[in-house]
Amino acid sequence: MTPSAAVTAPKPAGPLREIRGPSAYGGGPRRFLNLTWMIASTEFRLSYFGSALGYLWSLMRPLLFFGVLYLVFSQVLRFGGGIKAYPVLLLLNIVLFSFFSEATQASVTSVINRENLVRKMHFPRMVIPLATVLTGILNLALNLVAVVVFMLLYGLPVRWTWLLLPLIIVPLIMLTAGVAMLLSSLYVRFRDVAPIWSVVVQLLFYASPVLYVATTITHLGNRVVEQILLSSPLAVLLEQARRWIVDPTAPGAIESTGGWELFLIPVAAFVAVCALGLWVFNREAPRIAELL
Amino acid sequence: MNEGNATVEIAGVHKTFRIPKQHVHTLKERALHPFRRTEFIGLEALRDISFQIGAGEFFGIVGRNGSGKSTLLKLLAGIYRADGGSIKVAGRLAPFIELGVGFNPDLTAVDNVVLNAVMMGLSPREARARFDDVIAFAELGAFLDMKLKNYSSGMQVRLAFSVMVQADADVLLIDEVLAVGDAAFQQKCFDAFYRLRDEGKTIILVTHDMEIVERFCHRALLLNAGAIEQIGPPGKVSRRYLELNFEHMETELPTGSRATAAKVSDAWVGDEDGRRLDAVSPGERLVLNVELDVRERIETPTLVVWLETREGVRLFFASSLETGPPPDAFEPGERVHLRVRFANALRAGRYYIGASLGRAAPADDIVFYHPHAGDFTVTGDETYGLLMLEHEVELELDRGLERTPR
Repeated sequence: MTPSAAVTAPKPAGPLREIRGPSAYGGGPRRFLNLTWMIASTEFRLSYFGSALGYLWSLMRPLLFFGVLYLVFSQVLRFGGGIKAYPVLLLLNIVLFSFFSEATQASVTSVINRENLVRKMHFPRMVIPLATVLTGILNLALNLVAVVVFMLLYGLPVRWTWLLLPLIIVPLIMLTAGVAMLLSSLYVRFRDVAPIWSVVVQLLFYASPVLYVATTITHLGNRVVEQILLSSPLAVLLEQARRWIVDPTAPGAIESTGGWELFLIPVAAFVAVCALGLWVFNREAPRIAELL
Repeated sequence: MNEGNATVEIAGVHKTFRIPKQHVHTLKERALHPFRRTEFIGLEALRDISFQIGAGEFFGIVGRNGSGKSTLLKLLAGIYRADGGSIKVAGRLAPFIELGVGFNPDLTAVDNVVLNAVMMGLSPREARARFDDVIAFAELGAFLDMKLKNYSSGMQVRLAFSVMVQADADVLLIDEVLAVGDAAFQQKCFDAFYRLRDEGKTIILVTHDMEIVERFCHRALLLNAGAIEQIGPPGKVSRRYLELNFEHMETELPTGSRATAAKVSDAWVGDEDGRRLDAVSPGERLVLNVELDVRERIETPTLVVWLETREGVRLFFASSLETGPPPDAFEPGERVHLRVRFANALRAGRYYIGASLGRAAPADDIVFYHPHAGDFTVTGDETYGLLMLEHEVELELDRGLERTPR
């Protein structure tokens, strides 16, 4: 057998392209979106179609959590009496906050969990944390259906401002994605990010107006602490959701942070988190496969 | 090779891994020692690598463990980023690295195959259209809805290989696929290699198996300690590779080896005119040559040579005793050359030449032993069986027998 005889001068398929190694994005937007959707939807199917009760479990989690909190705070501690439609607000807050906490916590280990993929395939690395967030979004969408049903059953009057909900959801998703990118890339280097973040999420739960509302905070007495709590992007989003969805007489985001000037603090924090997440992930992406 | 034909172009590529001396794995340690500078050891995996691969070339990359083969492949696949130099590839690339293509063990074969195709740049619809071919090639039709973690490792490799072969890529990167899998799978790989080669695909194969390199590759590249040692015809490259390994074996002989009394200076297979051959055909008249440098006085020596397979199955022995009674002694500094003429009955494959030296006095024992003193390849497409015995076949049909009634 003379191997060289087999060469029949085939032409190269297309022009030479530079291979620059892995990156956060790149490889075309279509492929990026297809891939993110594929990973997120298979993940979503995997978590619900595997068990007998399927999706019901995903619905049960926030509902059970809501049930417990409602019993403890509203019935036992007699809390929330002065808040209009407190049960509805509580459920909405829990669903929104759960999306943030579950998506970010799942994203921490997301890159490491897909080590197999990262070490063997070339693809935009950002797909992984974003797909984790997208799985959370699918959950959130289904849970919001439950919230709407609950709102109608509760007898909340239908208002056109309900249509503004995407203006809450979209920034919430962006914030979650920013945190997800930051955490997933940091976790590759520092393995204690996971336990640290689970504590931080606990803290955020009580530091954000989930169980209470912005006006409750203003009873604290310490101006600085009040301002910090009210200026977190999460607090702003939850407060605005309350005004648009549950109670039009509630102060809303701008008023509760204390006016236009002070409202720039949460906006800046929001932009900073998103930018930091993007920057760190982008910086780490080319080397993730080597650090695994 | 003409410039315009290049499908892969690598110019001046460097890659250094930074290995930290103490691994800081937690934020806690970072926070406790904020000013401690982490020291790194630079591990130079690849140095100044430049070469081109033409369209339709079957290109082998060989080298000892740690020579940088896999790093080079990962750079090509876009999994690592090069520190310097440029890598250019024309067309779509399908990698097969570390025995897989990145499957998720919790998903079924269906989901994995589609996901993988999307990862390589196909749309989900195109990916589903391709699915049947992949499964047919992998012969896994009965296990489609099983989660991949329930597959045997052989089945997983089969599926991964099938995904890569059916990806319709222009350039295939294949890392050590033949190290696993049973004979049937290996045969399937070989068939696929032949087919892809005939289709004009560019194939880059990383392997330790010189037999494969000589059988399939148009050209090969030998890496040694991160640099190009040799690039050229597979026969030449594989010879150099064996030399490199051989130098290595001087210090680290295979288990059971003894090397103080003598040293193999050469062991090879040649033709009857004394020409050295690396690849021979079945049926050829051959001469097995073993040359030993004697280092210690060996009384009443007997030199035994043999052929064995890669698996260590010994196929044939010949002894210096067949020439008559042993000489009184071999003295230090002498060179012994044993020739064994034989008609090659071996089928295609790679075979090793073993040699041992025994003595009758002062004690009856073996003073030198080396199972891999040399090796050679028998070429041919027929890989069934080990031996090609001289034979005749007769077929007789007896139609007179009664058939069993239904």
